[in-house]
Amino acid sequence: MSSNIIEISGLNKTFRVGGKHEPVRALDDVSVTVREGSCLAVVGESGSGKTTLARVLVGLETKDSGEVRIAGSPVTASLRRREQRRRARAVQMVFQDPNGSLNRRLPVGAAVDEVLRAHFRLSAAERRARVSELFRSVGLTDAHAQSLPANLSGGQKQRVAIARAFAAEPQVIVLDEAVSALDVSVQAQVLDLLHELRRDKGLSYLFITHDLSVVRTIADDVLVMRHGQVLERGSVGDVLDRPRSPYTKLLLECAPKPGWKPRRGVIDHLNSEIAS
Amino acid sequence: MAIKEKAPAAALAAPAAPSNRLAAARRRLGWTGMACVGVVGAVVLAAVVGQFLAPYDPTVGSVTQRHLGSSAEHLLGTDQAGRDIFSRLLAGARTSLLGPLIVVGATAVAGSALALTAVWFGGKVDAFLGRVLDVLFAFPSLLLAILAVAIFGPGLVTASIALAIAYIPYSARVIRSVALRERSLPYVKAAELQGINGFTITVRHILPNVWTQILTGSTINFGYAIVDLAALSFLGLGIQPPEADWGLMISNGQESLQQGFPEQSLYAGLCIVVTVAAMAYIGERLGGRAAAGRSKS
Repeated sequence: MSSNIIEISGLNKTFRVGGKHEPVRALDDVSVTVREGSCLAVVGESGSGKTTLARVLVGLETKDSGEVRIAGSPVTASLRRREQRRRARAVQMVFQDPNGSLNRRLPVGAAVDEVLRAHFRLSAAERRARVSELFRSVGLTDAHAQSLPANLSGGQKQRVAIARAFAAEPQVIVLDEAVSALDVSVQAQVLDLLHELRRDKGLSYLFITHDLSVVRTIADDVLVMRHGQVLERGSVGDVLDRPRSPYTKLLLECAPKPGWKPRRGVIDHLNSEIAS
Repeated sequence: MAIKEKAPAAALAAPAAPSNRLAAARRRLGWTGMACVGVVGAVVLAAVVGQFLAPYDPTVGSVTQRHLGSSAEHLLGTDQAGRDIFSRLLAGARTSLLGPLIVVGATAVAGSALALTAVWFGGKVDAFLGRVLDVLFAFPSLLLAILAVAIFGPGLVTASIALAIAYIPYSARVIRSVALRERSLPYVKAAELQGINGFTITVRHILPNVWTQILTGSTINFGYAIVDLAALSFLGLGIQPPEADWGLMISNGQESLQQGFPEQSLYAGLCIVVTVAAMAYIGERLGGRAAAGRSKS
């Protein structure tokens, strides 16, 4: 039991969309466990419930029923101050869009400093040292810490977001499409960084993505979701190489592979489109 | 535009030298803006030391000196009580600035506090504060001011605070709408997840991002406040004669105006127009800059 850092069981979440529509079941009896120090990738199409799962896990969304435990203690979307602080120390999140998740008027170093201020009793000098240590650990310098988000590149901003997530020294980091907005070479750098940090600090990741090649690079286990339900879970090798569920097979077929060419039929279809 | 595009070095050096700062201010405001700053600066200077510079006592006139035209002795002539208009304009700068300053300051502080509280807590708190503001909206601002003056007695401070209360709903509504958008941005959610408390997020994250709206709104309110305070003074509820005040001077000059001596009202009105226009231009420049900066990032 104690080896599972995240334990989610029987989680349900429904959204009401408009008045007349059927309520949408974003999460339908979802049970997930993440082993301590491992990385679980959650894959699925848009609307499969993977982001909702992440949001419930960090407390951005309330759950309808079910249980969420991180390191043995339950997580709630409580507004109570102590709850929030405790939750922040347990789980942090890196968002998809680094432009949105950083305050455009706050130097990025100050954004990280503020997290330290909220959680630790440190002097100004100690905090400054810690900020530059965190920045170095994600491959940035003190000069970067002084600048506003607008003066950093997308990859640098995402590194800042990662440094900020690490600042509270959480046990789990939820990465919601954290590398999807980055171009491929920067993506590889950030994935390397995440891998290194996990190894050094013994963290666990919940990695939300739709990119199967990213899954192979970083994850130990993978969870396939569709329509709010867990279709399949297992180690990366098992699921991606020997998929059992037909949906996973379809996902794998849709992913572009090396040497992939559009099939004959597709080309004919495109040609007829152009002709018309 | 060019300066703010990418200015890593300039942005990194936080405490700039005074000359750099002046140059930066000029780039921000343009030459017209700098001229406006000069105008406002001159009015502020008049408000502070004008009394001592005035060639005559602004409150004492002489019956034999009524309605004199411009001359070397009386730069802008004299009013119906034989008081030197130039001296009265200088002395009047103080109350003319102080009153609106109280109004604008109180409005900005209370309006932002209400708006940010409503936005942070949302839901029932937002709805409740919204209803309170609706009630305030229902009162015409001058009526509210007259009511306050009737209770607390006439005077600059009473009239200013009464006007501030009347202005709060307008300012709060604007700030709320801007803050609401900020509140919904992911960086606020991110800060919440980091375990930072609501007050800190509001003050350190949301407030700086709605600051330009508060500032722009304040410069606009400033113009309204000068005019409304003048109206209150005209009704005998604000500044009391023989104290000098631009608004009061306009209303005092009404009779003379009909008799063919427009100087007093004219010059006082000119002072108000120039000051308000300069404030409005600065506000617009700053507001426009902020909007441009936002759309870029």
